[in-house]
Amino acid sequence: MFLKDYILDVYNGVSSLLKGMRKTGYYFTHPKEIITEQYPDNRATLKLADRFKGEVIMPHDDNNEHACTGCTACEIACPNGTIKVVTKSEVNAEGKKKKAVDALVYRLELCTMCNLCVIACPSDAIKMAPNFEHSVFDRTKLTKILNQPGSKIREGIE
Amino acid sequence: MFSLEGITTATQDWLLIKFNPTIALAIECVIVILLSITLFAFLGLVLVLMERKVAARIQIRLGPNRVGPGGIFQTAADTLKLIMKEGLIPDNADKFLFNLAPFVVMMVAMLLLAPIAFAKNFQIWDINIGVLYISAISSLSVIGILMAGWASNNKYSLLGAMRSGAQIVSYELSAGFAVLTIVVLTGSLQISEIVAAQENGWWLFKGHIPVIIAFVLYIIAVTAETNRAPFDLAEAESELTAGFHTEYSGMKFALFFLAEYINIFIVCAIGATLFLGGWMPLHIGHWESFNHIMDYIPSSIWFMGKTFFLIFLIMWFRWTFPRLRVDQLLNLEWKYLLPISLFNLLLVTVIAIMGWHF
Repeated sequence: MFLKDYILDVYNGVSSLLKGMRKTGYYFTHPKEIITEQYPDNRATLKLADRFKGEVIMPHDDNNEHACTGCTACEIACPNGTIKVVTKSEVNAEGKKKKAVDALVYRLELCTMCNLCVIACPSDAIKMAPNFEHSVFDRTKLTKILNQPGSKIREGIE
Repeated sequence: MFSLEGITTATQDWLLIKFNPTIALAIECVIVILLSITLFAFLGLVLVLMERKVAARIQIRLGPNRVGPGGIFQTAADTLKLIMKEGLIPDNADKFLFNLAPFVVMMVAMLLLAPIAFAKNFQIWDINIGVLYISAISSLSVIGILMAGWASNNKYSLLGAMRSGAQIVSYELSAGFAVLTIVVLTGSLQISEIVAAQENGWWLFKGHIPVIIAFVLYIIAVTAETNRAPFDLAEAESELTAGFHTEYSGMKFALFFLAEYINIFIVCAIGATLFLGGWMPLHIGHWESFNHIMDYIPSSIWFMGKTFFLIFLIMWFRWTFPRLRVDQLLNLEWKYLLPISLFNLLLVTVIAIMGWHF
């Protein structure tokens, strides 16, 4: 029994090593698998990964409407105070007073791209965008207001 | 047909006509020294570049691609940088030993070059105990490594050197046994006779499964002996910064780096000589025309091709396997490799005595 275990041990060890070598050998013989992007050279055709997180943005549609209700869920979820939601009261079509977002202040220099705000958002108003060229000469330019001026909430989003 | 043998014979004839035999011998010595130094420098550049390219391809990267076409001058640029850097010596280091260590390591690598047959009748020194000479000299490099670790006055260096000592001493055994299987089959320690014995087939094919096992053991043992991953815990970057050469910089570091790659080349050359027939072309049974075509390829190309194939194999290991812990390393040697190689040697001896090999 001892000898059988010993031989089995050797066999399992060798076969698992060969499995690893098969994978790396496949990568070696298939240059099309190379994922390197030669960034400054191929800036126009750069292909980033789907889940790349570069900054938080708020998508607006053609009518300059967004989905943010001003619920401040993102502000509560943010671990380091990157997002600040300034709300205002708005009178809607039925004459009712309603809370709405005035300015969603996003401070890129504090953001760690942890994605918690996007997860917390109940109406999918914000998402992560794959932009990474954020260098500016003035730090104040990193504080952004995500909702565009004059935008309002899309119909039917509570 | 191109052959290195022709060049050496012509050179010697010309020298003997021009000078008396003693001076001719001296000039030949100088030529050999220059050639081996050139080979060293060239191999250092080529192997480092090859390693980086292979690593990149295996890790789905591009590797060096900026200096020269496809990055082929990258290592030349790196060498230039290392030459111009300052060679620092730590304050409390043993200066004499600290400066001596890289040269000891380098010298061992140079001595190992002597009995290797690079092509047909193209060998620096066909000593009649070639294999014994190689295994004796190659274990000397541990002295250089221990010297470097001790003289650096650095705990990481000392730990790396101690690990390297334990490793080389234990893996020397199974490498020796693997080499012995071929010596048993050939009945000679001389490199040229070992190569000549493989004229009708390489030992890897002629010697049945025991020789294949010996070949695998040899590759594992020499990977450990040259301190390469997965056995690189002598210089484990993540634990010991760089092991025994932590304190070295500039050209002295470059010498250690060069010696590592030269050692890889040498152990692969020896492996190719013992198991893959050295400079012997590939011959298959009675395929006369096929054998004839194979004979047309120069023997130096056969030798280099086999050696570089083994080097590639070792690089493939490095970029696939994770590093072993020091207890696992010694377990592998004493509980697995050594019993297997002892049993294997016995098996090969029986095969050789009964004449069961082809």
